[in-house]
Amino acid sequence: MADHRRLQVDKQGKVSVVRFADRKILDEANIQQIGQELFQLVEGEGCKNLLLNFTDVEFLSSAALGKLITLDKKIKSQGGNLKLTNIRPEIFEVFVITRLNRLFDIRPDEADALAAF
Amino acid sequence: MSTHSAPTGQPDDRRNGALPQSALPLGDVAAWKWTCERLIPSTTDEGKRLLDEVIRRLGEHSWQEMEIFGVHLAIEEALVNAIKHGNGYDEKKSVRVICKISPDRLFIEIEDEGKGFDPRNVPDCTDDDRLEVPSGRGLMLMRNFMSSVEFLNRGNCVVMEKRRA
Repeated sequence: MADHRRLQVDKQGKVSVVRFADRKILDEANIQQIGQELFQLVEGEGCKNLLLNFTDVEFLSSAALGKLITLDKKIKSQGGNLKLTNIRPEIFEVFVITRLNRLFDIRPDEADALAAF
Repeated sequence: MSTHSAPTGQPDDRRNGALPQSALPLGDVAAWKWTCERLIPSTTDEGKRLLDEVIRRLGEHSWQEMEIFGVHLAIEEALVNAIKHGNGYDEKKSVRVICKISPDRLFIEIEDEGKGFDPRNVPDCTDDDRLEVPSGRGLMLMRNFMSSVEFLNRGNCVVMEKRRA
């Protein structure tokens, strides 16, 4: 198992549930590292089904959205599924403004998201 | 090659005398509770330090968490544009920031030394065929969370205002 410093990964059956160590996903170096760790999960460790739990995330920028889009493409190319959950209302608004709530499968809580895989 | 003019104390002739409508109350000095003018090097850390201070000042002047979230995001995106896209992380280049805060209003002007851009040429990131493009959302977020966003000069200077509801 690779070392995930910015992520906490918990296997639940066929789904890897990911939580973030950072409350603010902002600066470029940080976003790059989070991106690399997520891509490693999909491409290095073969985790095709990812559930990102944003419960501890208070803030994310457009650069972080970009990484999620790239992650989504990588997962789809492997025939997997990406779902997002526990997004607080102000961050959900960011997804709505950018219409990314149409691209991503966003679920209210982890149990609901897991049941949908 | 930099065509940047003297960063401080310069007259407003770069606006060709045409102040943005939203910036007019700037002359009302007494209304502002906190103001700053800074020249920072083009690094993420310097941008973060300045932004953290602005956010702290908003909290001190009774701005609510939800409002601060939007302002925070808009300024974050504008600073990244200036530091990364404008000045290319070149520490020899500076970003000039003017910020003014009152209990019901925030004004911020951020100018970099880059070649600028024409905001009219930025494609709509919410178009169906652009939804999966990983970049180009900063401007839309700035416009959504601020009351006004205007670009001056060659597009290397952004002026944003937030008026509390």
